[in-house]
Amino acid sequence: MTIEVTLPPLGDDAPEEAEISFWYVEEGDVVEEGQDMVEMLTDKAAFTVPAPAGGILRDIRVEEGDTVQVGETMAIIE
Amino acid sequence: MTDHPSLRVIAMRGAGYDAVYRRQLELRERCIESGGLENYLMVVEHLPVITVGRRGGIEDVLLSRERLAEKGIELVETNRGGMVTFHGPGQLVLYPIIDLKRRGRDLHRYLRELESWLVNVCIEYGVAAHTAPPHTGVWVENRKIASIGIAVRRWVAYHGVALNVSTDLSYFDMIVPCGLREAQMTSLQQECGLSLTCEEVAERAVPGFRNAFGFLS
Repeated sequence: MTIEVTLPPLGDDAPEEAEISFWYVEEGDVVEEGQDMVEMLTDKAAFTVPAPAGGILRDIRVEEGDTVQVGETMAIIE
Repeated sequence: MTDHPSLRVIAMRGAGYDAVYRRQLELRERCIESGGLENYLMVVEHLPVITVGRRGGIEDVLLSRERLAEKGIELVETNRGGMVTFHGPGQLVLYPIIDLKRRGRDLHRYLRELESWLVNVCIEYGVAAHTAPPHTGVWVENRKIASIGIAVRRWVAYHGVALNVSTDLSYFDMIVPCGLREAQMTSLQQECGLSLTCEEVAERAVPGFRNAFGFLS
């Protein structure tokens, strides 16, 4: 089974996109549900996206500095 | 414990940046673990420190680390949003560590709420402060009086706002504040012509926060 790590909605007043600041984890890492996966940035806010499920992290699709849209898949957990 | 979110005010003065930061992280985790029921407002007056936010670059710090050290100014990278800023004596720094899940899970609505709270604090002193979209922060005409930079984990916000009360504004000449080369900084004291301390402004800002954010105790 695979689960996508996506950028969650940031709110009605917030931008529809955010920038990857850095990944806390690497491909191949075992992650637990709720663990911080990636730090992201909007203009004046930094926030972390948690793992939606536990498993092995496969396929990080976006790198530091990339801009990601809300709902976009950033990585896969297997 | 009740089911209503509570707000505890925690004052910290004269501590180094790192001690205040570690306290924030500790309170953030407590807020997360309480399911957002235990919220905090840290009231801080920092020792002189230049902080580089996640979007900031060291090129916006105009003096070397050595020169800053000679002047007794710390230089730290920190994990809030935004660029470079200064904190120090005479500046009222407020770090609300609060649950945003109950506030509509909206990162930027929260920024707007912080702004409007600070605008009202300034207005209480007769200072015609306002916001200046698309910039974040609070301004008096074209002079910046308060800066905002936040971080969020599990929808619990930390870091926060810095309101210049009687700050020695020459410190801001050592940086490009918030990446705004043209920005002129100001303070509440300079704008209203009264001699003010952070303590007395906090006495208004804290109840103002409870009101604005619905922590009526």
